[in-house]
Amino acid sequence: MFDVIVIGGGVVGGLILRELTEYRLSVCLLEKESDVCMGASKANSGIVHAGYDAMPGSLKAKFNVLGSEMMEGVTAELGVKYRRNGALVVAFSQEEIATLQTLKKRGEENGVKGLEIVQQEELRTMEKNISDTALAALYAPTSGVVCPYELSIAAIGNAMDNGAALYNDFDVTSIARKADEKGETYVVCSKNGQEVEGRYIVNCAGLNSGAIAALVGDDLCVGARKGEYVLLDRESGDFVSHTLFFTPTKLGKGILVTQTADGNILLGPTADERTADTQTTAQGLAFVIEKAKKMTKNPPLYNTITSFAGIRAYSDRHDFVLEESKTAQGVFHCAGIESPGLTASPAIAKYVVETWLSQKMPLVKNKKFNGTRKPDYFFKNLTLEEKNAIIKTDPSYGKIVCRCEQITEGEILRAIRENPPARDIDGVKRRTRSGMGRCQGGFCQPYVAELLAKEQGIELFEVTKNGKGSSLLTGVTK
Amino acid sequence: MKKTLTCIECPIGCTIEVEFEGEQVLSVKGNACLRGKAYASSEVVCPKRVLTSTVRAENGGLVPVKTSEPIPKDQLFAVMEKINAVVCKLPVKIGDVIVENICDGADLIATNSEE
Amino acid sequence: MKKSYDIIIIGGGPAGLAAAVSAYDNGVKDVLVIERDVRLGGILNQCIHNGFGLTRFKESLSGPEYAARFIEEVRARNIEVWTGTTVLSLTKDKQVTVIDPVHGMLVLQAKAVILAMGCRERSRGALNVAGSRPAGIYSAGTAQKYVNIKGFLPGKRVVILGSGDIGLIMARRMTLEGAKVLAVCEIMPYSSGLKRNIAQCLDDFDIPLYLNHTITKIEGEKRVTGVVVSKVDENRQPIAGTEMHFDCDTVLFSVGLIPENELTKEAEVPLSPKTRGAVVYQNRETLVDGIFACGNVLQVHDLVDFVSEEAEVAGRYASKYVLEGKSSACAIDVSAGENVSYALPQKIDKNISGNVKLFFRVTNTFRNCTIKVTSGDRVLLSRKKQICVPGEMETLLLAEQKLQEIDGNIVVSLENEVNV
Repeated sequence: MFDVIVIGGGVVGGLILRELTEYRLSVCLLEKESDVCMGASKANSGIVHAGYDAMPGSLKAKFNVLGSEMMEGVTAELGVKYRRNGALVVAFSQEEIATLQTLKKRGEENGVKGLEIVQQEELRTMEKNISDTALAALYAPTSGVVCPYELSIAAIGNAMDNGAALYNDFDVTSIARKADEKGETYVVCSKNGQEVEGRYIVNCAGLNSGAIAALVGDDLCVGARKGEYVLLDRESGDFVSHTLFFTPTKLGKGILVTQTADGNILLGPTADERTADTQTTAQGLAFVIEKAKKMTKNPPLYNTITSFAGIRAYSDRHDFVLEESKTAQGVFHCAGIESPGLTASPAIAKYVVETWLSQKMPLVKNKKFNGTRKPDYFFKNLTLEEKNAIIKTDPSYGKIVCRCEQITEGEILRAIRENPPARDIDGVKRRTRSGMGRCQGGFCQPYVAELLAKEQGIELFEVTKNGKGSSLLTGVTK
Repeated sequence: MKKTLTCIECPIGCTIEVEFEGEQVLSVKGNACLRGKAYASSEVVCPKRVLTSTVRAENGGLVPVKTSEPIPKDQLFAVMEKINAVVCKLPVKIGDVIVENICDGADLIATNSEE
Repeated sequence: MKKSYDIIIIGGGPAGLAAAVSAYDNGVKDVLVIERDVRLGGILNQCIHNGFGLTRFKESLSGPEYAARFIEEVRARNIEVWTGTTVLSLTKDKQVTVIDPVHGMLVLQAKAVILAMGCRERSRGALNVAGSRPAGIYSAGTAQKYVNIKGFLPGKRVVILGSGDIGLIMARRMTLEGAKVLAVCEIMPYSSGLKRNIAQCLDDFDIPLYLNHTITKIEGEKRVTGVVVSKVDENRQPIAGTEMHFDCDTVLFSVGLIPENELTKEAEVPLSPKTRGAVVYQNRETLVDGIFACGNVLQVHDLVDFVSEEAEVAGRYASKYVLEGKSSACAIDVSAGENVSYALPQKIDKNISGNVKLFFRVTNTFRNCTIKVTSGDRVLLSRKKQICVPGEMETLLLAEQKLQEIDGNIVVSLENEVNV
């Protein structure tokens, strides 16, 4: 019996779960997949938006600005990479320059600080590879970059360290009401026969938040939109330093060109196709490349290391849906959390717990709560002395497994052992960056697979890429 | 009869024309060296290949192996079955015979040393 | 603990091993070889097929057998070797930062450094192949490691993209181990693999090779379930309506090798955009004093025999550099002219005695052509060739005497005569 059940292990669910563990509550997270962070939070632009985009008065505007202000603190506590690199919304015509003024005004109305318009000459000194045809830009110094899966996993891990329970492979198929002496509770069942009971439910199921809402009788229209991306090697990481946006027009927002929190260059996304599949398409990737070439001079496409597609869930209201169920008391929906959802997530988490839940039940601070995730460093970034101190106590930190990203065996073992434990190749990859580099796991995958097999006590051919059905190998040769 | 072959003896990969009747080779043309002639002459009569693979070692690891001589091509899969049934004792040294006369007089030998 | 060496060699594969022996035999005994794997030999350990060493040893060896010959030579000289050690960084002052479980992390100082890190495979990601990203997609070398070193089969029904030698070798290897290889697709009108590998790896097993074809889509959510293969036009663009579908559970990529020059760049060693390896003199010294490069980190070779040969040059001259302290200079620039994609060495120091072996690759398949080495209007060398293909490295020997006679730069080009 839990006080609160969170459905959906993305960035919103993860940060809500962590927020809940600050109080004396028993909480759990239900995740449909075999690992957390497998939906929209897995593959997006990783931008912490300044907040000039959303319409004043919208939930998007409110939570964007709040979230952006909280991000530095949250990421510091969780040991997650975050950098305020600033954004430039670039104009290529007089009409677009006019739009920049509108955006600036809107941003100021939303409470965004430091917005200014920069002219061509200054723009060129700020970004050496900006296209010659770029005329001016709106500069948003508070815009930043964060790794979305790193943040989600760290939040969930920290919540688990503080007592939260995680149920994987929990594909919710029913939510039934039940009454006990203290009032109404909910029994949540999964496709594979798991069952949990709790008093309150927070629905953060992303793409499936509409389906979850329907289980308690609400009608939320949530759709899926695909975005395709191209990722370039860290070696080209200084190609741009800010996040470069096209000026939004009637035809759409175009793509962005940005440095990521990890120092790669990211191009994308396409945003037109309404589909939940994550396949890349020749046309989509061609579009991204064409736009990147318009924004910048000679993007180093020869340094492409991968391309991928991510899914975002949008609501037909074109704003976040943050509301209690109309039919089921004690069920709260966080739905349609599309861009700027990542930015907004810490503020949404605070809102759900401090504003909504506190009305429902008395919240008592959990004195044992420790919001700092250990270790809060990246081995690669330590000094020689610090590294040697660690290797002395645990020699596995002296063994480099992923040569491209210089990830050690110690870090991989930690990812398999600590909360939430990595169970497959992609899980290790998202937690450690092993396999994220230029060889895309060509060298390190067999080693990582062996470590996974050994730690979990399974055969090498039972190791998967990303859960059931995704075996790496089909059997032994002899 | 005439047959055009790609020689597999060395990286040059000469295109060789062989004229033969039954098992009798009449002429070999296009080869850059004597190995090519020998290859072509054998290829039209009874094609042979050196088979390389691995055998399971008693500690669960693998030992790379090869046949000491080329073996008839149509025997490759049959010999693979024999290879797959072998469990090799350790240690082995490079060149050690793992299976004597595995096919047509050729031995199966280790191509690396394992402790 | 000893922290300085006369020569540090980064990489214990075929290049590093041959360089070590050569450096030692040319007078420098204080040599350290650093290898990241637990055993010496590099990628040769997983290349269990035969065909290595025909040029050097006049016999057909498997990869491990070829490596063993050099490992024995290194052991016989008691050359210091660290295995399981990764080099994290390199400076132009020849400081080498290493890490391993035994030594921890430390900074070593060398008088000369030989780069012998080899190369890596181009991955699916680098090609932007459309579709999903399920399990069952491997570079050919990774599959080779699973099969030959770990003893596991990556899949049962296989389509291979790219007809490089590793792809061809793996087509045969997986067939012998019980998999069905449905097709090898090559986007170019020719294979980049050796002809003998087409014969003995594909033809022997009736595996079809589709030239001018590429994979346009990968299907499958969790594991590969199939691929779409399309014919391409002369600009290598897929032709609509030519799609073929293969039901498969595995896709192997054998689409090229890239020299691993991350450390090289860190040491501010200038690279050639064409080879993606260092710019070198004929003695394999880079443009940074005392840093040498050899093997596949310098240029991707077709045959390991040539890697060994190149490494011996680097070892010899690194040794000379340590003993005499003189760097290469006074250079003739060598460049790639018409129909030639690159030529190496890019610089020739006239003060280094001996003939110079030029390595180069051509841009396309040419028949009845002439290779020319020119300096200004002067033709230094001209050689007729029946056929030249991009997949095979070409070599020419430039006589020392000829080099002394010229003062201008050198261009290597290929004249394509019109077939009558």
